[in-house]
Amino acid sequence: MILFILRRLAESVFVMLAVALIAFTLFRFVGDPINNLVGQDTSLEEREQLKEDLGLNDPVIVQFARFVGDAARGDFGYSYQMRLPVKQLIAERFPATMELSMTSALIALFVGIPMGVYTALRRRSLIARSFMTASLMGVSLPTFLIGILLILIFGVQLRWLPTFGRGQVVDLGWWTTGFLTLSGLKALIMPAITLAIFQMTLIVRLVRAEMLEVMRSDYVKFARARGLKPRVINFSIALKNTLVPVITIIGLQVGSIIAFAIITESVFQWPGLGLLFIQAISEVDIPVMAAYLMLISFIFVLINLAVDLLYLVIDPRLRGETA
Amino acid sequence: MTDTDRTERPAGLLARLDESDLWWSFRHSPTVIVAALTTLVMFAAAIFAPWIAPHDPFDLSQVNLLDALLPPMWEEGGMAAFPLGTDDQGRDMLSTIIYGARISLFVGFASVALAMVIGVAVGLVSGYAGGWVDTVLMRIADVQLSFPAILIALLIDGVARGLLPRGSHDALAFYVLVTAIGLSFWVQYARTVRGSVLVERRKEYVLAAQVTGLPSLTILVRHILPNVTGPVLVIATIQLALAIITEATLSFLGVGIPPTSPSLGTLIRIGNDFLFSGEWWITIFPGAALVILVLAVNILGDWLRDALNPKLR
Repeated sequence: MILFILRRLAESVFVMLAVALIAFTLFRFVGDPINNLVGQDTSLEEREQLKEDLGLNDPVIVQFARFVGDAARGDFGYSYQMRLPVKQLIAERFPATMELSMTSALIALFVGIPMGVYTALRRRSLIARSFMTASLMGVSLPTFLIGILLILIFGVQLRWLPTFGRGQVVDLGWWTTGFLTLSGLKALIMPAITLAIFQMTLIVRLVRAEMLEVMRSDYVKFARARGLKPRVINFSIALKNTLVPVITIIGLQVGSIIAFAIITESVFQWPGLGLLFIQAISEVDIPVMAAYLMLISFIFVLINLAVDLLYLVIDPRLRGETA
Repeated sequence: MTDTDRTERPAGLLARLDESDLWWSFRHSPTVIVAALTTLVMFAAAIFAPWIAPHDPFDLSQVNLLDALLPPMWEEGGMAAFPLGTDDQGRDMLSTIIYGARISLFVGFASVALAMVIGVAVGLVSGYAGGWVDTVLMRIADVQLSFPAILIALLIDGVARGLLPRGSHDALAFYVLVTAIGLSFWVQYARTVRGSVLVERRKEYVLAAQVTGLPSLTILVRHILPNVTGPVLVIATIQLALAIITEATLSFLGVGIPPTSPSLGTLIRIGNDFLFSGEWWITIFPGAALVILVLAVNILGDWLRDALNPKLR
């Protein structure tokens, strides 16, 4: 088991190094770092001097090592566009994205899992069928269109909810939160639902499929034969076994929620990392792109690792096998 | 197929189609028939756009700024000449949607084709070669699969913007987009094809081909490839819907097709600016066209997957 954990750790480090290599290649070879830092009237000698100072004349492998070292400390240099340290930009935007993603993940889970269980247990009922039709619609409805529809209905027609921004935020020093003010909470509703719907449809379909599979298994049949109450069978036995694969997928979904936040943030002008990344792409702001890539990959790798370890905790069978 | 089979069924392709499971399940599912018809109509409209669209939205001599922001014909102030209203430049919405769907579908098909070629090639090589080649390719696939496709497409798009000269973004947007989407969708094909190749390469016909001394490439392309195409088609249908959504999303985010020759996503982006001033039709109609198209293709994809996979029935 320790061997398994060690191997997964080594794999994670390897993935991060691969991503760092991509980010470094971007940083070093796409667009000239010097040209992006100085004005047109900088002389050739000054450029050479700057190049020497920044260490751009060192062997590539040394530069890469330095890049990784800096990245590990969260230092990604300056944004070409905003002339601010990338670290500061990211730190400002990070809370907004995290609050949005976590809220939608919770919505997706707490609505999606019960809906999935229901559609599996009452497979032929009208409600279950309409859930399934709705979920096919949900898969076919692009995230940004859901956002636009919500804005049109609740923002423009009914005027109930604000259509952009985070509302009033409270500054806690290292974190800004919109949870503590009414306007902050109101501003969160539509973006969070927009982001949650796609994930929710996936969770409904997944839970339903897994649950149907489990209900056909021998141990559920045996539990029925023993005359256990349906409620005990459904929830203590079937649902418990359904959740093992569901947790893996949900863990991975949290990653994709953060990625899909790019779209939602863009629709609602939510001042988070995704909006920063989109602006960086259209302005070819390489340091911001590189930093975003590294940060997101780090979160992904962390989640993957956590899911694998959680698997060990939940499923005792896995503990023996892999050692 | 044995010889007796051939003598009993001489009627050819049509008769065989009539007896096949695929046709049977198609005829007995009204949803699928509606989806197929919808897809067919939209494909036809897209292909024959120059003849079908009532106006040419890109011909400046036909566009009149005085017609700008007209509502759909059934609303007050609408005109029968512009059934779905006009946009801010006086372009007929129905025509721009038909032309937009044409571009969206074009990007969709091109990027799915690119992803398919890359993925199938990688899958064939990986499964047939085995060893470290297989390990390396599949590790790359695993790592890429753990990142959402939209993120990878965005990144490739960003890199292309950095590498290409500033002025050429719009002109090359189509190719950049196809490359970005194609490169972010190849993994599924690679994994599926590799799986099938691992099974096929142990079979006798492959061993026979190897014994006769055919080169590996010939064996892969002429003998193994035809036997692994079934699942590839199913993935391609499902991914066509995904590719269309991804294209629309990137264009909506402003890093896709430029507004000069808008796709459906670009149209939605343009319309988004008019949402608050009450001109909802500029956003909603392209949006509806996009959803109907994607939904129809998705239903077809689901049906094809279930029909070709007897285990799921």
